[in-house]
Amino acid sequence: MGTEISVKEYVVRLGDDALILGHRLSEWCRNAPFLEEDLALSNVALDFIGRASMFYTYAAELSGQDVTEDTFAYQRDCRDFKNHLIHELPRGDFAFTMVRQYFVDVYSLAFMTSLLESSDSRLAAIAGKAIKESEYHHRRSEEWMMRLGESTQESHRRLQSAVDELWRFTGELFDQDSPERELVANGVAVDTRALEADWNQAITATMSKISIEIPKDELQVTGGREGKHTEFLGFLLSELQFLQRTYPGLEW
Amino acid sequence: MSIVEQIPLTNAENIERENRRSNSSCLEIWSVLDQVKDPEIPVITIWELGVLQNVTRSGDHVTVTITPTYSGCPAMEVIKEDILVALSSAGINDVVVNTQLAPAWTTDWLSSKAKASLKEFGIATINSDNTIVCPQCGCSKTNQISEFGSTYCKALYQCLECHEAFDLFKSH
Repeated sequence: MGTEISVKEYVVRLGDDALILGHRLSEWCRNAPFLEEDLALSNVALDFIGRASMFYTYAAELSGQDVTEDTFAYQRDCRDFKNHLIHELPRGDFAFTMVRQYFVDVYSLAFMTSLLESSDSRLAAIAGKAIKESEYHHRRSEEWMMRLGESTQESHRRLQSAVDELWRFTGELFDQDSPERELVANGVAVDTRALEADWNQAITATMSKISIEIPKDELQVTGGREGKHTEFLGFLLSELQFLQRTYPGLEW
Repeated sequence: MSIVEQIPLTNAENIERENRRSNSSCLEIWSVLDQVKDPEIPVITIWELGVLQNVTRSGDHVTVTITPTYSGCPAMEVIKEDILVALSSAGINDVVVNTQLAPAWTTDWLSSKAKASLKEFGIATINSDNTIVCPQCGCSKTNQISEFGSTYCKALYQCLECHEAFDLFKSH
């Protein structure tokens, strides 16, 4: 029984990561630097929102009663959300959005590859869907690193400052609390600690190609998995949840 | 290319899907569902697209199983509605539509007939030898304009010969 609750919590955490990043990306819709990029970012946003829907639907099934995927998206407050903080940071400039995306895409590819082997067949099935999309995202965000890194002094400067800003939020991706480690032992959850070395190597290799420096010994900010968020999540949720909070149960 | 390499590969999951249909005890329901088209590409049916996975009947109760193409694809909700409407018009009202995630959908499940319909509609697909041919003039010199196109499942390309822009059904 204890394990069942943990599986649900774990699934909700993964849903939170996807929903919050999906929402941040959706903010670029009609704001992107040019039309093709507007389409691309909106599509990537849709992938993450779709991913959230798959996780939340599963969590709702594990909850039973009247819980639906929307319950998780619309009827919880800041402290109930357990997403990694990197996903909730404001979208910033285009370089900031793409560096975050690149960090997350490299992580997601490894994460979903590992989740494919989960002893939970539903999680493995979700990973099977998500991994194909992550491959696409990754190819795109990596190209953007090259393009921004090799274009102008200004794009290089923005890229460097995005990396400096975001680096302190990357450690949390590999930091697992004890409920998650228990699920790792059960073969349900992904052992994210095991992904860190490869992630670091991939990021370092890309950044060295474009002469971007990786911050050293940066203090890492954590707390997302405990529901301790940055000040930005509340504003995001107030927009995301406005309609359902004002008109509960409203349908199209 | 050796002779063996020229033999077209058929996807095992798709063979299973075709067997489920041909061995089904309710073929007439499958036929009714052949009216249901992809809402964004109205020239191919959900069967040809690979979205329709299974139909079972127990008494008067019918269960339809579909699989999403892309996880956030907004067309899935419309497809569910269209299935209910098509079956209801055929007098079948006790219906549940289930979504199944595994095996994950792939463009390999598109039938050759579906690919031909897409081409006629102006949408290219990637050939088995990885070439992309302009659906307007048949030239194989093409260039990607945008990795994402007018809908979720398409990228935008341009023919370097006739200069027409066209959609490519993304390989997935």
